[in-house]
Amino acid sequence: MTKPILVLGYGNPSRGDDALGPLLLDFVDRQFDLARIDLLTDFQLQIEYALDLQGRELVLFVDASVACSEAFDFAELQPARDNSYTSHAMSPAAVLQVYQSITGQFPPPSFLLSIQGLSFELGAGLSDEAADNLQQACQFAGRLLSHSAADAWRQALSQKHTVIC
Amino acid sequence: MYEHLETADPNLTSVANLKRVVVDPVSRVEGHGKVTLLLDENNKVQQARLHIVEFRGFEKFIQGRPYWELPVLVQRLCGICPVSHHLAAAKAIDQLVGIDPANLPPAADKLRRLLHFGQVLQSHALHFFHLSSPDLLFGFESEIGKRNIIAVLGEYPELGLQGVKLRKYGQEVIRMVSGKRVHGTGAIAGGMNKALNKEERDYLLQDIDQMIAWADASVALIKKVHTSNLPFYDDFATIRSNYLGLVKPNGALELYHGGIRAKNERGETLVDHFDYCHYNDIIHEEVRSWSYMKFPYLTSLGTAMGWYRVGPLARVNNCDFIDTPLAEAARAEFKAHGGETMVHSTLAYHWARLIEMLHCAESIKTLLHDPDIMSADLVAKGEKRYEGIGVIEAPRGTLFHHYQVDENDIVTKANLIVSTTSNNMGMNESVRQVAAEYLSGQELTEPLLNNLEVAIRAYDPCLSCATHAVGKMPLQLELLDAEGKLVDQLVRHSSGEFVHGI
Repeated sequence: MTKPILVLGYGNPSRGDDALGPLLLDFVDRQFDLARIDLLTDFQLQIEYALDLQGRELVLFVDASVACSEAFDFAELQPARDNSYTSHAMSPAAVLQVYQSITGQFPPPSFLLSIQGLSFELGAGLSDEAADNLQQACQFAGRLLSHSAADAWRQALSQKHTVIC
Repeated sequence: MYEHLETADPNLTSVANLKRVVVDPVSRVEGHGKVTLLLDENNKVQQARLHIVEFRGFEKFIQGRPYWELPVLVQRLCGICPVSHHLAAAKAIDQLVGIDPANLPPAADKLRRLLHFGQVLQSHALHFFHLSSPDLLFGFESEIGKRNIIAVLGEYPELGLQGVKLRKYGQEVIRMVSGKRVHGTGAIAGGMNKALNKEERDYLLQDIDQMIAWADASVALIKKVHTSNLPFYDDFATIRSNYLGLVKPNGALELYHGGIRAKNERGETLVDHFDYCHYNDIIHEEVRSWSYMKFPYLTSLGTAMGWYRVGPLARVNNCDFIDTPLAEAARAEFKAHGGETMVHSTLAYHWARLIEMLHCAESIKTLLHDPDIMSADLVAKGEKRYEGIGVIEAPRGTLFHHYQVDENDIVTKANLIVSTTSNNMGMNESVRQVAAEYLSGQELTEPLLNNLEVAIRAYDPCLSCATHAVGKMPLQLELLDAEGKLVDQLVRHSSGEFVHGI
């Protein structure tokens, strides 16, 4: 049975602040009953994740971002053609586009929580700034996941920037 | 062949009439690469180099850690082929606990092979369907907005879906064998952590015939694409080289364990069934001042003549046969098409890659029907050793892991030769060939520059490892004069926005 909520945190846990996505998943794992929440993690997004969106009511992508101007950003995603040329990694909007292309259906309501990261060296730990950002993002994600409806998440958009990083 | 373009004539570079073009980074390859072209006033290429902005801390990342952590730790070196590093490290640490490949329990050997076939299948599927099919189906100089997987899905929906599902199937094989889709702990020192149970085996069997059928159809497609565009596909970025890889004792294609075979451009055997534990006796790495990535070569031939290519083209060229029927039939057609003993076409990497993908799908089916994969005899033990070497054929080519440990089982020395390093000279030569044959004397445009990237992408290079923060990787082209002054600029932002001008 597919769980209605998917939280997909991606990044390399051994590359400094790139671990932010997987670390937020650890927080959800500790703090929430996972009866209705699926947790998935990977180094990066790829085409097959489109198939993991099937049957979901809500999807939350979580990633480290160097483009955030604040501790974190939260945005609703729309399917978009992937012109990012970011090699083997896809953007979450492009994953939604793949979903739409292969199913012929609009993807489930999907959101991106971007957490500001600064340092991405192999073998480095989380930077102090990123640790603070993670704490704030976890609090925000906690509020989101305690109201598991798309409308409630859209209301939360007004509490944060709607910029897609 | 195109070595004269590695370094421009000093007499030309000393005068201020050369322009430098920088393609930075190369898109749709893993990591961060940069192409620089030094042009004279007539736009004739005087120098062409692929620079690798590669993180060089792999060994430092590993040293100081207990050896039993390595199969998990090394997966974090690379987000593209973590299973390859996992298995190469596992083979090395087998030796640290006194287990040679011949002494691994049959169940562990077969489960590792199953894991590896799943990894190679999903990696090859990703490369063809996602990264290369836009170029191959729409043309190298097609409209920029078409050169992505979503355009392929739009115009070839069935093909696109097959790519997604082949990729997913490979990931499911990994998940069933190692317990997780990523970061799994399948292999341990001397064996494997778990076997497949009947439910897992039956789950994978459900779809394997479909995967074989799709892989077979993809070989037919790439053959059609390649042979419909001759002689261009045999000539583009093509260089004549030596080839190196593992083979089975009977000469068959081998991806997990075998001896080293190297052949020269005429197909003559240079090295055969060589024990990879002595790789240092036949392979050295040269450092060049202008690139972070080393240049491996066969010591017997020296730096100028000893460089070689690895990966699908090398493996399919080097083996005597493939021990699965559909892939073997495809190999025979592949080898026959060019009329030479060896196939040197760089674009034939795509064809060879899909033959291997078919071989992986066929091999997965064979292993799923083997009762050993559900055996409980998974781990062997032996006497501790202080040095271990593991070599496998990763999707991109031969991958070497070499460790030394101390009395406390702490890694004191680590040396890795990753597949893309072995293709360093090959990629540079292909860049020079394209620069010399297709760009020289023309005004530079974005589609033309994509030709350079197409040449590099054929090797499916993994130029560094998996960090990918949102917004980090725009594509930037810079045109500078010999004094370093910026005279023109093309920027492709991560959003896809394309900006021309300073």
